[in-house]
Amino acid sequence: MQERVKRMQRPRWWTWAVWIAVLVPGPAVLGVLVSDFVLGTRFLGSNPVKEGELVLGQWTIKYLVAALAVTPARRLLGWNWLQRDRRTFGLAAFFYGLTHFLWYALLDIQLDGAELAKDLTKRTYIIVGFTALLVMLPLAITSTRAAIARLKRRWVMLHRLVYVVPVLGIIHWWMSVKADVAQPILYSLIFALLLGWRGWRYVEANRSRGLAATVHNGPD
Amino acid sequence: MLIRPAVPQDLRSSEITPEPLYLTRREWLAAAGLTVGAIAGASALLPREARGQQAPGKPYGLQPDDKPTPWEDVTTYNNFYEFGTDKSDPAEMARGFKPRPWTVRVEGLVRKPASYALEDFLKPSRVEDRIYRHRCVEAWSMVVPWRGIMLSDVLKRAEPTPGAKFVEFTTLYDPSRMPGQRYPVLRWPYVEGLRLDEAMHPLTLLVTGLYGRDLPNQNGAPLRLVVPWKYGFKGIKSIVRIRLTDTQPATAWNVSAPDEYGFYSNVNPTVDHPRWSQAKERRIGEFLRRPTLMFNGYADQVASLYAGMDLRRNY
Repeated sequence: MQERVKRMQRPRWWTWAVWIAVLVPGPAVLGVLVSDFVLGTRFLGSNPVKEGELVLGQWTIKYLVAALAVTPARRLLGWNWLQRDRRTFGLAAFFYGLTHFLWYALLDIQLDGAELAKDLTKRTYIIVGFTALLVMLPLAITSTRAAIARLKRRWVMLHRLVYVVPVLGIIHWWMSVKADVAQPILYSLIFALLLGWRGWRYVEANRSRGLAATVHNGPD
Repeated sequence: MLIRPAVPQDLRSSEITPEPLYLTRREWLAAAGLTVGAIAGASALLPREARGQQAPGKPYGLQPDDKPTPWEDVTTYNNFYEFGTDKSDPAEMARGFKPRPWTVRVEGLVRKPASYALEDFLKPSRVEDRIYRHRCVEAWSMVVPWRGIMLSDVLKRAEPTPGAKFVEFTTLYDPSRMPGQRYPVLRWPYVEGLRLDEAMHPLTLLVTGLYGRDLPNQNGAPLRLVVPWKYGFKGIKSIVRIRLTDTQPATAWNVSAPDEYGFYSNVNPTVDHPRWSQAKERRIGEFLRRPTLMFNGYADQVASLYAGMDLRRNY
């Protein structure tokens, strides 16, 4: 019992770590971009606009990993205190995805309407990436306590959509890479583990339920 | 009495970096009455429109707002997958690469096939400095002061036979020296190719230097191709073999993704890459994008090579 209570406690430093991890990278990327152009620093290398865009996309993927890792970490490691951070990670994934898109539209293609229209209708990897962002939008909107209370079971159904996001995100990343797909492959494996574990649990749960039903209904 | 040192008060640190030095040196040479014969000579081979821009000591075909990209960017932002796929990889991974001794073989449909030590290969040709625009297929660009010899020089000396139609170039294959070749990112060794008339064009260079210095390893030492009206990946690096053929060479990126990278790969703002527009480019160091010029701004010199060709199909 003592042990159980201990495991429920959230390390104090963890709260800080989460807030730093979520809040720092975005402003930092924008800050170093401005610094690179205005002060001539080289934080983002020779092509800061492109580099910043890639970094933001990668942070989106990382927060998705964090959000999807919460449930396995609770079940497998007993870190139940992580539950409170799941929404934070999910919202961070959405906001970094949104920032990634805005960076592309405002800073990279610089609101070239014709190019934006063509990218969003003709270029598969951009359509896929944008779809991932659109899928995250209702999840972000319904992430409040009020929405959870109001939607009840439907909230759970709706938020299963989150499993689609990493699939779209990885396809988007994979297709955008010229030749070296090492990073997309690495994250594919991570997501395969995170989603595969859920699939396996679902199958197991169904089977044991089925088994129980058989026992219950069986002849005696 | 106070003796003032003869140092201008407004001397900025940028004025002692290699780039401006490099540029003012040309003006100094011209002012001193030394003819830069190399460039004057080469311009005789160019169409008249081009020649107008090629006054001795003036860089090739540059627009007034084209300023050479700083050395630091040219030597740290590189696509050279033999030394890693990140732009910053080659500068680090190629540090220990030894570009000498180096042997270049000229072979195939020529009367005089031979292997040369690099020094002997270069010796008979006039070394020239030329500032070219460099447009990457990824929609970024630079302005680079190259130093090199005309490819046509080398080819003429090898005496192509009448059947020769194409030139195929091959990069060194040695995974122990080029660690990126341990991974099957592309089919190694890297191969590029040109039609013979493109190869013979006076703008086409075999480059051995940058900013008046020896070519850094990450830029393709000791010998690379520069074809300024084509996307940068046509400029194959660390060349060990030049082969004349009667069939179109199978080039590395064309083999890797034929629908994205064609054999010609001429810079063309009207033909998009399947995944992005080529209408504009981001000049390294600039925030706002510039419009991309047809044939990267060398249309006057090279458009005639492609007269009557459908550039949408021959991308």
